[in-house]
Amino acid sequence: MNKSELIETLAQEVDLPHREAAAITNTILETMIEALAKGDNIEIRGFGSFVIKQYRSYEGRNPKSGKKIEVAPKKLPFFKVGKELREQVNLHGKK
Amino acid sequence: MNKDNLTRKELAEVINGQLGYSQNSCAALVDAFLERMKLSLLDANSIKLVHFGTFTVRDKHPRRGRNPRTGETITIKPRQMVTFRPSKRLREQINE
Repeated sequence: MNKSELIETLAQEVDLPHREAAAITNTILETMIEALAKGDNIEIRGFGSFVIKQYRSYEGRNPKSGKKIEVAPKKLPFFKVGKELREQVNLHGKK
Repeated sequence: MNKDNLTRKELAEVINGQLGYSQNSCAALVDAFLERMKLSLLDANSIKLVHFGTFTVRDKHPRRGRNPRTGETITIKPRQMVTFRPSKRLREQINE
């Protein structure tokens, strides 16, 4: 499912025009992006949480040429699935 | 650095502030949005959100593990995992 399909299912569920469901979806996603860009965490009960992990610079290798390279320090977002969703996903898979 | 935590409540407040629905509606809208995402994942359907990232349901194979307390060998059943891969744009924004 892509963003416009998500917007469409949301529009049907909450009985709002597509345009408004799109504004809601974009507001939620932009708020999440802004939070992560500031280095904040996101914690959504029942769904999951996002944390930013900070990596120091390290010496890596180009896997193709084997050449050593210096990897710059970076931050990466990690998603940890919430307990409820994790359990539900597994119940579903067993069917 | 002071780390804030974004939750359902703050998301509802932002929608209330920017789009003007009532506070109660905003809480329900955030819940509905998350519920739609969940239902898609429960259907084993990945969700691809441009500029944000992709949520995927992955099958984990059964494997042999050990109970760390007793040392007993056990088989870990196949299970499903939800993984998230951030988009290039999100990774760039986080490192700006």
